[in-house]
Amino acid sequence: MGSSIKVRTSLRDDQATVRMIVRHPMHTGYEFDAEKEQLIPAHYIERLTVKHGETVVLDCDWSRAVSANPYLSFVFSGAKAGDMLKISWVDNLGESDEAVKELR
Amino acid sequence: MNKFRRQFVNRSVLILGILGSGLIQLLAPLKAFGRDRSPAFAADNLDAALSEFFPGETIKTSDKLTIDVNDVIENGAVVPLAIKSGLPNVHSITILVEKNPNPLIANFKLHPVCQGFIETRIKMGESSDIIAVVRADDQLYSVRKFVEVIAGGCG
Repeated sequence: MGSSIKVRTSLRDDQATVRMIVRHPMHTGYEFDAEKEQLIPAHYIERLTVKHGETVVLDCDWSRAVSANPYLSFVFSGAKAGDMLKISWVDNLGESDEAVKELR
Repeated sequence: MNKFRRQFVNRSVLILGILGSGLIQLLAPLKAFGRDRSPAFAADNLDAALSEFFPGETIKTSDKLTIDVNDVIENGAVVPLAIKSGLPNVHSITILVEKNPNPLIANFKLHPVCQGFIETRIKMGESSDIIAVVRADDQLYSVRKFVEVIAGGCG
């Protein structure tokens, strides 16, 4: 399986660009499962956090209307090669995952 | 050591144990679910979502904000967009879609080291205005952009 979080980073001077894709169905609860003849229960990431060392640089609150397999990109400064980035998420069913990525 | 004292100690340990495990059980779901979510996520119209998410605050429109998104989207399940702020000191970026069943889509809290920029992909049920609200220097600013959706992506 591996991690649900795939991260790419690029550094330019002290500025880091972070791009990630999180493998998650992001079910709204409105989709109909034709085989089971019932609605697929809502299942979506509610919170995603990105830490640079001990600092939370990005804190996301999401609804069910973020697309399946969420993509996210942002840019921050004060970064250098070798710094650690920690990404973690929690969904509405209490499932969670995290990943650590070395900046380079 | 007298008998009553021993009983007392035994009982206190027992009671503390019960209270302790009860507390842990009470706190477990809170921990699992992170923290309280704003009721604005459940709001079913734009005005309610805005007033619940930014209670008592005024939002000014600003031409220094941009929503980078195609004018026409074929598949509403995947609407790529980027929010850019020309205003400095951005503390948060909030994305809403006026005609979605729940207009509040996502809120991003940015640390001061972050640029006023977020790129992501959202779902849109039908053609609608997308609204981005940016908190910069403790004032809220917003921008709107209409997007035509050919096939809705909410169901």
